[in-house]
Amino acid sequence: MNERAAVAAAEAAVPAVSVRGLVARYGENVVLDGVSLDVRPGEIFVVMGGSGSGKTTLLRHMLGLLRPAAGAVRVLGVDVNAAAPATLQALRRRVGVAFQGGALLSSLSVGDNLALPLVEHTDLHPRTIAIMARMKLEAVELPGTERLMPSELSGGMLKRAALARAIVMDPDLLFCDEPSAGLDPAVSAAIDKLILRLREAMGMTVVVVTHELASAFAIADRICVLDGGEVVAVGTVDEIRHSANRRVQNLLNRRVETPTLDPDDYLRRLTGED
Amino acid sequence: MTLPERIGRATVKGIEEVGLAAALVAESLFWLFMGRRRGQSVRLRAVVEQAVEIGLRALPIVTVLSGTIGIMLAIQGIYTLRTFGAETQVTLGIALSVVREFAPVITGVLVAGRSGSALAAKLGTMTINQEIDALKVMAIEPVRYLVVPPLLAMLVMLPALTLWADAVALLAAGLYVSNELGVTLAAYGLELLDILGANDLLHGLGKSVIFAVLITAIGAVNGAAVTGGAEGVGRMTTRSVVQAISAIVITDMIFVFLVTR
Repeated sequence: MNERAAVAAAEAAVPAVSVRGLVARYGENVVLDGVSLDVRPGEIFVVMGGSGSGKTTLLRHMLGLLRPAAGAVRVLGVDVNAAAPATLQALRRRVGVAFQGGALLSSLSVGDNLALPLVEHTDLHPRTIAIMARMKLEAVELPGTERLMPSELSGGMLKRAALARAIVMDPDLLFCDEPSAGLDPAVSAAIDKLILRLREAMGMTVVVVTHELASAFAIADRICVLDGGEVVAVGTVDEIRHSANRRVQNLLNRRVETPTLDPDDYLRRLTGED
Repeated sequence: MTLPERIGRATVKGIEEVGLAAALVAESLFWLFMGRRRGQSVRLRAVVEQAVEIGLRALPIVTVLSGTIGIMLAIQGIYTLRTFGAETQVTLGIALSVVREFAPVITGVLVAGRSGSALAAKLGTMTINQEIDALKVMAIEPVRYLVVPPLLAMLVMLPALTLWADAVALLAAGLYVSNELGVTLAAYGLELLDILGANDLLHGLGKSVIFAVLITAIGAVNGAAVTGGAEGVGRMTTRSVVQAISAIVITDMIFVFLVTR
């Protein structure tokens, strides 16, 4: 094996994202309880779960926006909670994030939103930056929108523009928060295809957080099912579909398990008596 | 919660906010002087845009209010001094009141209402829309990108607006005085030059620099603390204006106490 192949093999062996024993709390409420998972380089890894399962909290920990109560998160080999500020900044230039609501800066045009990371982190000529921004907008099938303001975009366009901004620095790792939530089925399917096409074209690792089953099954190489702040199952689409785990099947079949309440307890709760 | 508990919690929260504001100003200074070395320099274009918004766009209202206050001071001064037959001394009262007190305070209050509230609303809206998070994950320091430009613009434009307010208020007062007492504008102007020293101007400008820091820090802290959607933005924006105006008046009193006595 030559040196280059050895380096490539070594990089491939290191998970793109590694979460170990992650515990997250909001006050007394434990939101993530010992979550561990690995995202392999080059795969599309979907974190799936219902509302309140902890998937958004997990994503915010992976992005280094929240500090865990316990455990560790390594992204592209960097411990996001122990890294020096300069290391974290360097890491973030290699990572793209498409937020659920787009999170485009409302005071800037779509083109300026895309140009922002390039203006801030490169010495490229403004004309080159404008061309790169247009290229990325074309890549997400939004040509000619660079002069529009974010408030002038539809929901689907906003998601595409957010994706375009997320990939403008050609990241090694892309995070997408609910990329198809709130969209009609046709637009949602188009976004799924777009994510697949971008991964194909750019060869990056993609982590998608979603509660949309159809979307998860359409794009995932592997799926991680979160429920009640715990990892219930990790596997390929087929493995998850045929999982015998009750909590996985509850999610897939949209069943909600409601604990049976004692009538006296229920009455006490309603009246506020302890 | 008992009353002492409530007072205690409110005090702790107040101290926390003062600490946050101080940390924000310190961080702003860090990015201002060290940003280039960290690859995060402050964009001159952003500072100029803020200067236009904070300074140039406030000129009409500053002109109207400072002119009005100049005339009002002249009317009150002449009325009061006439009791002692000393209305010719009105220029002394007007000059010192305007330059040392009214111009910096009124300009500060106006800018707090216009630009401090705008900063709080902008940061609040950005917080609830995850735009601040987006900046962080794009490796763009929010304080450097969002707070330093208005802080710098405020530090330049608030003293500049104060100087403008000085000039307009003194001119308006002079027009009234010359009409009322039959003094020529030139004589009034010469008297002003005789009365006002550099220390009077610096007194007013020094205050305006402190007000600039206060308005920006209070706007930024309140904006960053927004929770609960549009209602939260409105609540914190109002809070930032009330706090900034209170801070201006209280700081003014402390400044006068320390410098004048």
